[in-house]
Amino acid sequence: MAHTLAEKILLAHAEVDDLAPRDVVMVRADTVMANDVSGPVAFRQMQKLGAQRVFDARRVVMVADHFVPAKDARSAALQKRLKDWAQEQGVGYYDQGRGGIEHTLLAEEGWVVPGDVIVGGDSHTCTYGALGAFGTGLGSTDIAAALAFGDFWQPVPETISVRFAGRQRGFVSGKDLILAVIAEIGVGGATNAVLEFVGDGARSLTVDERLAVANMAVEAGAETGLFPADQVTREYLAGRVTREWDELSSDADAEFSRRVEVDLNRLEPLVAAPHSPGNVRPLAEVTGTHVHQVYIGNCANGTMTDLRQAATLLRGRRLHPRTRAVIVPATQRIYRQALDEGLLGMFVDAGAMVSTPTCGACFGGGMGVLGSGETAVATTNRNFRGRMGSPDAEVYLANAYVAAAAAVAGELIDPAELIEAPAR
Amino acid sequence: MRIVGRALIIRQDNVDTDVLYPGAYLNIDDPEEMREHLFEGLDSSLREKLGPDTILVVGANFGAGSSREHVPLAMKASGVSCLVGESFARIFRRNCLNLGLPLVDCPDAVARAEEGSRVEVDLDRGVVSVEGERFPIAALPEFMRRMVDAGGLIPWLRARSES
Repeated sequence: MAHTLAEKILLAHAEVDDLAPRDVVMVRADTVMANDVSGPVAFRQMQKLGAQRVFDARRVVMVADHFVPAKDARSAALQKRLKDWAQEQGVGYYDQGRGGIEHTLLAEEGWVVPGDVIVGGDSHTCTYGALGAFGTGLGSTDIAAALAFGDFWQPVPETISVRFAGRQRGFVSGKDLILAVIAEIGVGGATNAVLEFVGDGARSLTVDERLAVANMAVEAGAETGLFPADQVTREYLAGRVTREWDELSSDADAEFSRRVEVDLNRLEPLVAAPHSPGNVRPLAEVTGTHVHQVYIGNCANGTMTDLRQAATLLRGRRLHPRTRAVIVPATQRIYRQALDEGLLGMFVDAGAMVSTPTCGACFGGGMGVLGSGETAVATTNRNFRGRMGSPDAEVYLANAYVAAAAAVAGELIDPAELIEAPAR
Repeated sequence: MRIVGRALIIRQDNVDTDVLYPGAYLNIDDPEEMREHLFEGLDSSLREKLGPDTILVVGANFGAGSSREHVPLAMKASGVSCLVGESFARIFRRNCLNLGLPLVDCPDAVARAEEGSRVEVDLDRGVVSVEGERFPIAALPEFMRRMVDAGGLIPWLRARSES
């Protein structure tokens, strides 16, 4: 029987002879991940399960990233619990200041290879789809069970084929590609489904851009968003992983529940306007909107690619007096690299606040919270009402070029008003 | 399994878990304490309407976004016994089923229900009744059904490892 990539991955991890959409199967996880928010809740559930030890310490990793550095004693207590538990269990652990934002980090650190199944106590675990892995977000009870037994229940999803045709140009980045997809299918459009990104446009994307695209698959309701592994994947993984992996892809006659095509040649920069990632508009429609805070970072867009894009606009410029900027490299490695390339100094000279890696500002956690009546442009993945602070604040999601241009202009503008578009 | 209760309505579509339980309180890991922040980004006054017989009646794609299990944990701790919705987001649906909190998709029942309506969910017969008016629902897949009958993922897994 013909299978999609997602079905092949699940079949290789389940004790069944075959499977088809809507079957419910128990799936083995290659890696189980949790953070300082989902971990401690999962540890409580694991106790209720009566499980003392994890199924395989080498396949478990904990990341302190959500409330780091701790904003209060309570957050510090959670982080201590995470650390104590990780050390007691002997599992992988990334302490604050030594890791970074979980999804960018695990990809970078070689925890992920194509064909893997990775479950994480965080909805953006779908980010690992960028490397052809079935990464999917679960709640804490699911994570508790996966920690104890190494498996989880999974209804086999349908697959939506998303073809990126052509090559993106100008100030268009990974963020715009996924916003175009969400605009097309809606925020619930991929519920019970996987997105599979194919076409010459998909193959031409760097891993950083693929991370940005796959990261927001969940914003369409998807289980994960897969890029079949290719030459770009191989080059990224060389030197990061020693594990063997297969280059899987969907069979030519596999069944897709839907086919969507995005013409990259004609794609313009997009934003998601308040208060939904599905409220997608061309940037040109919202230019002139005053901006009080710019946030560049998070598990979608805190990569070197994003920081370099921001730097093309911030180099030698000052932020608009109306606007403050928070810039958060996603991992310590990226932080170090950006330091070496002189980007962080450039951001500081422009008047931006540069932070150590943390999820903080993205979800109204430890910092960068918005006040009533304020408007932000963020390279993050969610602009739900109140997510970044006051319910009376507004957040526009955009790529790093657009966000940095807004920081300089004090309002949403076309980056082309400040600099020439980069050559591709 | 048969659940009877009174409807509390959240009719908007795409209600996300951030408004159901704001991120600022994710550093709480005790469900009893989570109750105090349920619905805080949506309408805190909804909390006062929660009782031991509350059946939440909700719109489409309810529970979208973050995987935070704080939402169904707080709902369960507040007495919510079941959810009837037009549809649910994936992780939220899993979290509810895992906690033994049944949820069913039934747009017609949602359209019929008003605040305080008497709602009856009969999982065995596959029927939701609102003030006596009956609406059929698709049967839960066998696996989910057994898990809900067991009281959630943890009791189901305990039974699995004992057998």
